[in-house]
Amino acid sequence: MNQLLKLSAVSLITIGSFSVQAGIFHSDTLKDVQAKGSLTCGVSTGTPGFSSPDSSGHWSGIDVDVCRAVAAATLGDAMKVKFVPLTAKERFVALSSGEIDMLSRNTTWTHTRDTSLGLTFAGVNYYDGQGFMVKKALGVNSVKELDGASFCIQAGTTTELNLADYFRSNKMEFKAVTYDTSAQTKGGFEADRCDALTSDVSQLAGLRSTLKDPSSAVVLGDVISKEPLGPVVRKDDNTWLNIVRWSLNAMIEAEELGVTSATIDDASTSPGIQRLQGKSGKLNESLGLSKDWSRNIIAQVGNYGESFERNIGMSTPIQLPRGVNQLWLKGGILYAPAFR
Amino acid sequence: MFTKLKSLLNNNEVRAIVFQILAVVVIAYFAYQAFDNLMLNIEQRGIRSGFGFLNDEAGFAVNDNFFLDYSPASTNLQAFYVGIVNTLIVAITGIFFASVLGLIVGISRLSSNYLIRKIATVYIEIFRNIPILLQILFWYSIALSTFPSPKNSINFFDSIFLNSRGLYLPKPIMESGFFFVLASLVIGIVAYIFIKKRSNKKHDETGVVTNTTVYFLGLVLLLPSVVYFAFGVQLEYPMLKGFNFRGGVDLSIEFFSLAFALSIYTATYIAEAIRSGIESVDSGQKEAASAMGLTQTQSLRLVVLPQALRVAIPPIINQYLNLTKNSSLAAAVGYTELVTIFSGTVLNVVGQAIEIIILTMLVYLTISLVISLILNIFNKKMQIKGK
Ligand SMILES: N[C@@H](CCC(=O)N[C@@H](CS)C(=O)NCC(=O)O)C(=O)O
Repeated sequence: MNQLLKLSAVSLITIGSFSVQAGIFHSDTLKDVQAKGSLTCGVSTGTPGFSSPDSSGHWSGIDVDVCRAVAAATLGDAMKVKFVPLTAKERFVALSSGEIDMLSRNTTWTHTRDTSLGLTFAGVNYYDGQGFMVKKALGVNSVKELDGASFCIQAGTTTELNLADYFRSNKMEFKAVTYDTSAQTKGGFEADRCDALTSDVSQLAGLRSTLKDPSSAVVLGDVISKEPLGPVVRKDDNTWLNIVRWSLNAMIEAEELGVTSATIDDASTSPGIQRLQGKSGKLNESLGLSKDWSRNIIAQVGNYGESFERNIGMSTPIQLPRGVNQLWLKGGILYAPAFR
Repeated sequence: MFTKLKSLLNNNEVRAIVFQILAVVVIAYFAYQAFDNLMLNIEQRGIRSGFGFLNDEAGFAVNDNFFLDYSPASTNLQAFYVGIVNTLIVAITGIFFASVLGLIVGISRLSSNYLIRKIATVYIEIFRNIPILLQILFWYSIALSTFPSPKNSINFFDSIFLNSRGLYLPKPIMESGFFFVLASLVIGIVAYIFIKKRSNKKHDETGVVTNTTVYFLGLVLLLPSVVYFAFGVQLEYPMLKGFNFRGGVDLSIEFFSLAFALSIYTATYIAEAIRSGIESVDSGQKEAASAMGLTQTQSLRLVVLPQALRVAIPPIINQYLNLTKNSSLAAAVGYTELVTIFSGTVLNVVGQAIEIIILTMLVYLTISLVISLILNIFNKKMQIKGK
């Protein structure tokens, strides 16, 4: 009888504590990150120019730079990032389960992802669209000529859905061979399992540059969807959302102000630049960050244009033009809300 | 009243029952609380919940689809069904070939022929010790690089084609009497089994052996063929149009690679189970069989194997279950079975991990239970016969 009492008491306590946990869930990612001393950032398993590791394990790319910007803002050190490579299928669960603090992995901002996964998009760091890469030997010049073709695609992407939509609305037939990682997708294309590989245009350029024989494939001119790619955070932490959003905005704002990593510490009389330098204004307070947060981002990571040119610009093997990802002042659609 | 209750509580049997009921109630309450808490948390985080997503449009294409109606306009529920069917088909195919191969290799391991024995041993040692995922990837890349492109397909009588993307077969068109052909085949097989049983019985009772080959040819082959020609069944032939073959049935190269790898791998375990089964049969049994004038094959088929299987079946059941579970490694080569379609693509489109994982687990649980059940029944039958 005694034992039974003990047992019941223990189970009641357990149940009790369980129910207490169900109270309002509130998380403080900033505090967690600062306590850990590093930012855990979800990236791709390897997308040249966006997020890919070099042979010594050093990550780079424009998605990686967003992680680094957030680390610079919150920890004062852009190098204090732990990268977690994720396939398209794994990424959202990794974020909502708390395995990573933020996701910066060529992820398209869609209605469903923004509203029903318990996640929120913090902005757009690259405006993309879905394109096609085909074997040159096929002699195909447009997607319209691909009726009945097979496509290598990656599971868990918007690519899967856009492809089906496009062929349905054009009353064309197709076959999809769906792999888990981009390496497998590329492998299927190289082994001629499919006639074309389809993905975000920006990634096609990178993938093509890593083919055994890049000249054997061409990227078609057609773009069949819009893919605004950006960083994602959990919905339950508004401060953290603001930190990630404004870290990205700081990079865009700096380019607009003509401030680079080389000139951020130069004395300036411009109120805008002074705010970015942390010399005036109180933009840091509502974010819970130190005054030099945006200065650290620009000094350690650079402005958006620097990051772009360094990772995917014309001087890199990816050779992407700025296109719509140019500042709004220069004919593009890149636009940071007012920095004041 | 109170003393009565007390004496009741002191009764061992009553106490045992009361405690068990209490334990169940506590566990059930705990599970309920945990689930409730989970759902609350999910709601608070703004994650969609419930099973309504099953009726939403799937929106994606599926590569392997054997006979169900499916297109990107179908619902997630239909995608779920396609996943289940594809899992079952690859598992059944794998189980069949693994059993046949395993039986042959298991017997060969005990062969008196040195070469055969060694080949069987080497095969088992190699394929049992390489992780199954690597084997799947290996056979897939072999298949992709050895078979020709669609334009240079291996052509069998202009109706069957094999290339690096799959095997293309003619498809019978259902309406035009295909049903009758199928029905006559089933009737033929059932009738043949009946005749075979009668002849076995006659053999047991009188020792007279009747040759049933004629019946087999007539009932199982001739009857359906006659019906086939009588109805003039129409076949839809695969044809190379543009980039790929269209029409007919296609079995993707991913399906073959996966089924092949699963069979080759699981056969090694089945072979070992068969071998240990055979070794467990007392050698006196074999000696007695040959003393009675049975040939080697007869002794194996009639005396040794029935007793060996009794020992071998429980481990073989486990291997069948393992094979079914291993089929979920399909994602690596892009064969669209349950895990790839449902906990892969659908989960990513709708984001409801909990519901989707629960449904997926239920399917695997059911398949496992059914396999265990069938083989346990079989096992029981063997046991009684042996005693
Ligand atoms: N932007 C699309 C597609 C993103 C995507 O995963 N693209 C593939 C292209 S093959 C990729 O980057 N894979 C890299 C990886 O799996 O690590 C989405 O958000 O669904």
